[in-house]
Amino acid sequence: MSRCELMNKISQIQFVCVELNLYINTHPDDTDAIKDFNSYSSRLNNLIEEYEQEYGPLLNFGISPIDTGSWVCSEWPFE
Amino acid sequence: MWIYEKKLMFPVNITRPDLKMAQALMAQYGGPDSELAAGLRYLTQRFTMPDDRCRATVNDIGTEEIAHWEMIGVMIKQCMRGASVEDLKNSGLLGSFVLHGRSVFPSDPNGVPFTTAYIQSTGDPVADLVEDMAAEQKARATYEHLMMLTDNEEILRPLRFLREREIVHYQRFGECLEIVQDLMCRD
Ligand SMILES: [Fe+2]
Repeated sequence: MSRCELMNKISQIQFVCVELNLYINTHPDDTDAIKDFNSYSSRLNNLIEEYEQEYGPLLNFGISPIDTGSWVCSEWPFE
Repeated sequence: MWIYEKKLMFPVNITRPDLKMAQALMAQYGGPDSELAAGLRYLTQRFTMPDDRCRATVNDIGTEEIAHWEMIGVMIKQCMRGASVEDLKNSGLLGSFVLHGRSVFPSDPNGVPFTTAYIQSTGDPVADLVEDMAAEQKARATYEHLMMLTDNEEILRPLRFLREREIVHYQRFGECLEIVQDLMCRD
């Protein structure tokens, strides 16, 4: 997948996670929603790992592994 | 603790300058019903929100609002990209340019700087949640006004996404209000 395709895929899956997270906050007993959340969450983590191997770290403060300069030099979304 | 993720929540790619929309978008960047006001309001209310479900909701929606604030900032920056000083001089952003150059400063479209007087945290969960529901509706209305001002799909697409988020947040805050009222009836 190209950088842009992969980023879009991450955004889509992450959106599902955000939406389910907020829903589960007020419906903590909904086991179907929790099952969905966990399955999308693991897909999200796999996609982030795939992205980071190709294009550099996405998350700061120790969540993503880095190479020399890879955090500071890769493009910022507000550039 | 917050972790920064080096991406936008929803893609923004505005390819031609539009200073009118840059100015209008300031409403959601530093105005009374802006994403900044929303984020600050909910993250402040966390400290006195009772019930685990409601605390989680103000925390997580507050966090999402900051990601929306970032999107609006990028939209404003991209709407100003490529505009000359002459263009800025002849636009509604003249005052903003004099004070802040090309920075994206949290003011409303009329140049009024952001103030926390726009938000409230009363420590009373019913008052706070009703305020949050109103805030989401005001932000939805603002997005609809913004959408009336342009037919550029590059601007409309992220605006549609953000407008829909206000509706979902309104729904979740409504559920929180019910939770809090149930708790109060039980005591
Ligand atoms: Fe919202």
